[in-house]
Amino acid sequence: MPAREGIYGLLAEFETPGDLVRAARQSYQDGWRRLDCYTPFPLEEAAEAIGFHRDKVPLLCLLGGLLGGAAMFGLETWISVIAFPINVAGRPTYSWPAFIVPAYEWTILWAGLSAAFGMLALCGLPSLYHPLFNAPNFRDGATTDKFFLCLEALDPKFDVAEARAYLETMGPVSVVEVEY
Amino acid sequence: MATSELRPKDPGVDPATGEFRVIGQGQTFRSITEKISRIVLTPRTPLGWFAYFAVAGAGVTMLLVALTWLFLKGVGIWAIAQPVAWGFAIINFVWWIGIGHAGTLISAILLLFKQQWRNAISRFAEAMTIFAVMCAALFPVIHVGRPWLGYWLLPLPFTMDVWPQFRSPLMWDTFAVSTYATISVVFWYVGMIPDLGTFRDRADSKIAKYFYGVLSWGWRGSVRHWVQYETASLLLAGLATPLVLSVHTVISFDFAVAVLPGWHTTIFPPYFVAGAIYSGFAMVLTLAIPLRKYYHLEQLVTERHIDNCGKLMLTTGFIVAYGYGMEAFMAWYSADHWEAFTFWNRAFGPMYWSYWLLITCNLVIPLTTLWSRKLRTNIAFMFVISIVVNTGMWFERFVIIVTSLTRDFLPSAWGTYRATKWDYMTFFGTVSFFLFMFLLFVRFLPMIPMNEIRLLLPQSKIKPKVTAEAGD
Repeated sequence: MPAREGIYGLLAEFETPGDLVRAARQSYQDGWRRLDCYTPFPLEEAAEAIGFHRDKVPLLCLLGGLLGGAAMFGLETWISVIAFPINVAGRPTYSWPAFIVPAYEWTILWAGLSAAFGMLALCGLPSLYHPLFNAPNFRDGATTDKFFLCLEALDPKFDVAEARAYLETMGPVSVVEVEY
Repeated sequence: MATSELRPKDPGVDPATGEFRVIGQGQTFRSITEKISRIVLTPRTPLGWFAYFAVAGAGVTMLLVALTWLFLKGVGIWAIAQPVAWGFAIINFVWWIGIGHAGTLISAILLLFKQQWRNAISRFAEAMTIFAVMCAALFPVIHVGRPWLGYWLLPLPFTMDVWPQFRSPLMWDTFAVSTYATISVVFWYVGMIPDLGTFRDRADSKIAKYFYGVLSWGWRGSVRHWVQYETASLLLAGLATPLVLSVHTVISFDFAVAVLPGWHTTIFPPYFVAGAIYSGFAMVLTLAIPLRKYYHLEQLVTERHIDNCGKLMLTTGFIVAYGYGMEAFMAWYSADHWEAFTFWNRAFGPMYWSYWLLITCNLVIPLTTLWSRKLRTNIAFMFVISIVVNTGMWFERFVIIVTSLTRDFLPSAWGTYRATKWDYMTFFGTVSFFLFMFLLFVRFLPMIPMNEIRLLLPQSKIKPKVTAEAGD
């Protein structure tokens, strides 16, 4: 983990989603790569503007579902055929049609759990602390009605004065420095 | 016919579409956030809330008394005996699970169909699902007689090497209901994370900041997170859809797989699912109508929602009517003596009143009146009809379980059924528990998804080149 001191980045606040998307698109075109947008509701256009298109949640979901279904079917077969074979009205011990129902439920269960917790893990959550929470206007608006673009200090192009001047050209409400 | 013809001057009607608005006019991101978060973040809890909470708490105490006595004495304190071994416990189980289904339908199926009007009612409908499933899951556990051995239902490695029997529908139930409960909770909680982040940022007290801060997992609204979050929501909705259809199907297998006349039919799965959604929408209305009034949410839960719930009840009500019709038809067409007798016994036997009560509450009253838009938008009427349908659906389960069991094949094995006070105390105790949990939910969690409501506002749409001159 890099040393947590100095500046995390510059945070520009915008009034409307349209302003944010235009600013994000412009920054990405100008070669910024360590940047992120913060919005109070899902804004796909902003994600596209900063070059974030594909996510791995569906893959995790698929794997979880397949594993869950296979695990349950295997468990049922093992229990009914090997571990505890009992004769119920002369039916075969390997009654696979009856095993489908729990296997189906477990496919859904593990697909769902993988999607939900996989999504949170891929997002790096939980992370109760984040430098952005130090910015006063971020706490006030990011989850309510304001739209933020953050150019991060880790970007090779980053220089506080130049980045600030650059952001000012895009008509933000304000630009603030964010400390670690 | 458009609603505008019915009420030409009503501000709740959008002149462009002639329909009720999904959301009231003149709202901003901040105004809806304020409106919803103030309900929770206010330091002053309304007195009325305490009054309801006291009543519900008294009911929960009654439930605890009933359960304590049950655990001390055994299930003999209920009316269950031979031939009616299922009784209230299973009636209530099926009824409660059914109520939960509308929550999943609203949150999952309507999301997949991009029905945006659902946004305002989806969160508390999901909460309703979870609390209903809690009430439902209680019944099989206390019904087994030795509830402390309830964990035997799970495939756990015991020292005595006994394993569950997977060819039984009761085992399928265990997996269907536990999966349904888990996925519902996860879906509900994941959906709440961004709103809990809003609460964290808007809370004044230190305890609230800490509480919502931990619950929101540090959500900060990064668009990279939002994209993955939206994918996960869609996937969960896609998974919850086949799940909700399977749960009541599996529950209907408990009956349909048995050979008892009146149970052994193939119509049961679709008929149970439709009935579940029917009663669930009734419960959504039972909860939504007082909520929007007491918390002044008429701008967010509009007449459009009430109207649409009415339409969905009409649709599912007709599927249920088809189920009843088909049962009667098969009783005749199967030429099976016992099937025919069971139907006759339901309609004209000693418990005829329960059958006609169910026909009245589920078919006669709602299916004749819900056609009228005037009545569907009459809030008081819709509240009454929601109670009527819930009563009817409870009696549907009563008729299915009790009339079939009291009189099966051999007249020498016939019996009767009369619930005891402990049965009633347990049932009304779970109703109180449901209200108790719901009141806590309304007080401490965001009952309307703020992030989804923001998407309904015109400001959330990106307008091209609106600030071209404001820039450089």
